[in-house]
Amino acid sequence: MNQKPQESSNDGAIVICPDGPILVRGEFEIVTPSGGAVPRTRKTVALCRCGASAIKPYCDGTHKLIGFRTEYPATPGTKEAT
Amino acid sequence: MKIPDARGPISGGLFRLLADGTGDVSAAQGALHRLIEGQLALTDDVIDDGDVQLALFCLYELHYGGLDGVDNRWEWNPGLITLRQMLEEPFELALRSAARSSAGSVQPAPAAGLDSDAVADLLFGLAGQDGGPGMSRHVAKKATLGQLREFLVHKSIYQLKEADPHTWAIPRLTGRAKAALVEIQADEYGGGRPDRMHSALFARTMRGLGLDDVYGGYVDAVPAVSLAAVNMMSLFGLNRRLRGAIAGHLAIYEMTSSRPNQLYGNGFRRLGFGADVTAYFDEHVEADAVHEQIAGRDLAGGLVEAEPGLLPDVLFGATAALAIDARLAAHIMGAWETGTSSLKPPVPAGV
Repeated sequence: MNQKPQESSNDGAIVICPDGPILVRGEFEIVTPSGGAVPRTRKTVALCRCGASAIKPYCDGTHKLIGFRTEYPATPGTKEAT
Repeated sequence: MKIPDARGPISGGLFRLLADGTGDVSAAQGALHRLIEGQLALTDDVIDDGDVQLALFCLYELHYGGLDGVDNRWEWNPGLITLRQMLEEPFELALRSAARSSAGSVQPAPAAGLDSDAVADLLFGLAGQDGGPGMSRHVAKKATLGQLREFLVHKSIYQLKEADPHTWAIPRLTGRAKAALVEIQADEYGGGRPDRMHSALFARTMRGLGLDDVYGGYVDAVPAVSLAAVNMMSLFGLNRRLRGAIAGHLAIYEMTSSRPNQLYGNGFRRLGFGADVTAYFDEHVEADAVHEQIAGRDLAGGLVEAEPGLLPDVLFGATAALAIDARLAAHIMGAWETGTSSLKPPVPAGV
């Protein structure tokens, strides 16, 4: 049951969750357009991608209620269809 | 934890045995063994059997914080482990049967070859079929102060040790699944800040409503099904062979959490409670939207990619969690709709 762990970057990683948020882990800062810090209470965060979260910029799971659908790019460099 | 009141011959016999120390108790264990055999034969539904669920809860408790006045060596007493297994076996069968009926409309999953995205998709699909936020909507819009307190009392059985049962799985996993579980649990335990531990946030909510936040303080007040919901997690967490089930349980728990917690928070705000009380619920809206992604894809999905044979158990853990949660919600709402309490009436003395 060995798994080959993928090499991960020291700086962090962004996971584009199908039909869901953008997961960000690692060392980073979230700031407003004018540079003010956005309050953050956890290391790994989920950023809203559907636009319907009540706690933006974070995800609150509302994408599931509104039937938000994404299309995962099939090959690197392809644009999302929606 | 304080030893609760016995609810019948099994829990009564167990508490007498535990009070005896760890001397030569094989005769007492033999008697309890026969008693359990006899009692189980009379039980229609172990999930709803307060005596069985309380005995199991206290046997599991020996592996958590222990029972007040009980010798710690009981934890690994072989005779006691045997008694626990006698109770676990019918309980697991009942959970499997409840899971099968709850998953009736679910497409059977392909036997093998699911990647982690497909596992997450399958679990999100199951979570989406969940009966809906009936109880959370009631809490948001209509629940009385007394009902909010009852709601916290039911939840307190687990939430005051929130995350502990899933932690048992960490050394049983490897690679991606293990890293995922550790990442989730670190967040559950406050990311290094004890006051941010989810159990600590829940204790604060309880104090805000004038409830006692001591661990296990309300075990006597809750019905069998509330204990069964926690025993299910201990069963999955403490048995390595059920590591798929504990992964599936955590995934579905996280996937059915953000929206209800938003509504629970609204219910407490509606009755005028402030951030000290609602912080627990607000935290879960945000945290569980993160955790559900990690638990579905990296924990459950990663586990199935590493051990494809565990897929059925992952789905068992998930559907059993949904089934028991639905039973508990039906019990609570059933009581509230008839204007009665969902808690257990006080036990007459001398049981």
